[in-house]
Amino acid sequence: MNETRPLYWSVRRELWENRSIYIAPVAVAAVVLFGFAISTIGMPQRRRAVLLLDPAHQRAAIQVPYDVAAMVLLMTGIIIGIFYCLDTLYGERRDRSILFWKSLPVSDHTAVIAKASIPLVILPAITFIVVIVTQFVMVLMSTAVLAPSGLGATTWSRVHLLSNSVILFYGLIALALWHAPMYGWLLAVSAWAKRATFLWAVLPLLAVCILEKLAFNTQLFANMLGYRFMGHLKRAFVAGKDGHIDSLSQLTPGTFLTTPGLWIGLIFAAGFLIAAIRLRRNREPI
Amino acid sequence: MACIEARGLRKAFGSTIALDGIDLTVEEGRILGLIGPNGAGKTTALNAILGLTPYEGQLRVLGRDPWSERDLLVRDVAFIADVAVLPRWIRVAQLLEFVEGVHPKFDRAKAEAFLAKTNIKWTSRVRELSKGMVTQLHLALVMAIDVKLLVLDEPTIGLDILYRKQFYDSLLNDYFDHSRTIIITTHQVEEIQDVLTDFKFIHRGRFVLDCSMETFEERYVEVMVNPDNVAAARALRPIYERQVFGRSILLFDGIERQQLAALGDVRTPSIADLFVAVIGNETAQGVAA
Repeated sequence: MNETRPLYWSVRRELWENRSIYIAPVAVAAVVLFGFAISTIGMPQRRRAVLLLDPAHQRAAIQVPYDVAAMVLLMTGIIIGIFYCLDTLYGERRDRSILFWKSLPVSDHTAVIAKASIPLVILPAITFIVVIVTQFVMVLMSTAVLAPSGLGATTWSRVHLLSNSVILFYGLIALALWHAPMYGWLLAVSAWAKRATFLWAVLPLLAVCILEKLAFNTQLFANMLGYRFMGHLKRAFVAGKDGHIDSLSQLTPGTFLTTPGLWIGLIFAAGFLIAAIRLRRNREPI
Repeated sequence: MACIEARGLRKAFGSTIALDGIDLTVEEGRILGLIGPNGAGKTTALNAILGLTPYEGQLRVLGRDPWSERDLLVRDVAFIADVAVLPRWIRVAQLLEFVEGVHPKFDRAKAEAFLAKTNIKWTSRVRELSKGMVTQLHLALVMAIDVKLLVLDEPTIGLDILYRKQFYDSLLNDYFDHSRTIIITTHQVEEIQDVLTDFKFIHRGRFVLDCSMETFEERYVEVMVNPDNVAAARALRPIYERQVFGRSILLFDGIERQQLAALGDVRTPSIADLFVAVIGNETAQGVAA
C-alpha cells in the first residue's frame, strides 16, 4: 500500500493543528531582529573600535550577534519539539479525536511517523530557513547602518553567511539524530500517559538519578542524560579555542558517525517509536 | 459472504465481561440496530468490529480479521463514534481536504453538495459549530465515502429532534442503497424503528433477542384490553403487561391477531415497548436468580 500520500497529509495536518511550529520561530526571529536593530545605534563607533583588534578577535566580535541569533532559534526549535511531542498523542486521546483519525485509512504506523517527523525533519528545516533569513537581514541592516561611515564591507568580510549556513545545516542534522531518542521517549510517554505527560516524562528519569546517587553515590545516569542532551557538540564539531564554531574545518562528521552513542541512541529512538505505535493502536480515548 | 460473521465473540476488561461469547451474522444490505441499556456491551461489540480493540473468539468483517487486518479493513468501513470526535481545531475546508487526501473512496463533490444544504461555513472551525452542525458535517463526510459498512455509535446523542429526524432521513434517502450495510446503536429506539431492517437486544454482553422487522411485525402484538377481557387475555400468557390510564396493555409473542382482536384494540408494538418487556424481564430474572 502506498503510504506516501497519507504521510504527506498527516504531516500537513500536524502543521494545521500546531501552528506554533512555524509561528514561534518567526516570532522569535522578529524579536531577535528588533533587538539587533536597537543595537545598530552607535554601531559605526563600536565597529571602529573593533577594527583595532587583531583579525581573529575582530571576526569573533562581529560574529557574536549572528551566533546568538542562531542559538536562540535553535533552542526555540528544541522547546517547540519537546512540547509538541509530549502533547500530540496525548491530546488526540483526551479530546477523543483519535476515534475520528482512526476511522480514516491512515495506519497508526503512518500517524506516528508523521508526528515524529515534526521534531526530526520539519522543525530543523524551519529553523534552518528562519536562521538563514534572520542572519541575512541582520547583515543587510548592519551594512545599511555602516555604509555611510564607509564601513559597509566590514560585516560582509567577517560574517561568512555561506559557510555559516553549511555549519548550521550539518549541525541541525547532527542535533536531530542525537536528540531522536529524546523525542521518541516523549512520544511514547504521550501515547501512554493518562494525565500529566510532563511529569511522567521527567520524574522517572529524575527518580533513577536520585536512586543511583543515594544507593551508589554515583551519577552515571545523570551524566548519560547530560551527554544525550549536549554530547553531540563535542562529537560533531571540534570547538575553536574561544568556543566558537565558525570554520568548516571544525566539522567532524567522521567522528560523529562513528560515535557509539549516536547509534545506541537511534536504536532507542526506534524502540520508543515502535512502542508509541503499539500504544496508539491499543490505548483507548481518555 | 456475510458482511459480519462472529462466533463466540468475547471481551473482558479485568473481571468485567463486556461481551460474553456472542454469535452474530449480518448480511449485506441490512440496517441493524444494536439496542441495549448502558454498559450492555454495544460499544465494545462495535469496537471489536472496527478493529479498535482486541477480542477472543472468531470475527470476520468483510472477510477480514478486524484486529490484524485493520489497516486494510478501514478503507471499506466508515464510522461515526459520537458527535464529539471531530477535532475541534480543524476548519471545515481543511477537513474536506484531509479526507480527500487520505481516503481513496472519498467523493469530495458529494460532500460539498451535502454541505451546501446546511448552514455550515467552509471557514468555520469545528469548535465554532453547534452540536447539530458537527453531526451534519460528519455525516456529510461519511456519506461521501463509498464504503461497504457504516457503523454509527450513538450518532445523534445530544441532538434536538429536528437534527435527529434529518439525520436519519438523509441516511435513508441519500445514502442507503441495499448494497451497503449499516449498524446503529442508540438509546432513542423509537426514532430508528422505521429505519431498521433488523434489530438485536443486547444485555450484559449477550444477545437476548434477535429479530428482523418483518418477523417483529408478525410475531409481536400489543392489545389494549377491554376491562372485561383482562382475565381471558392474561390466560394467553402475555410477555409483558402495563397500565396506561387505568387500562391494561398486554404484549403477546406469537399469538394470532384475530384471536386477540376479540379482546381489545390490537396494534403493532414499538421496539421500545418490546425492549422494556424483554430487558425488564431479563433484569427481573437476574434479580430473582
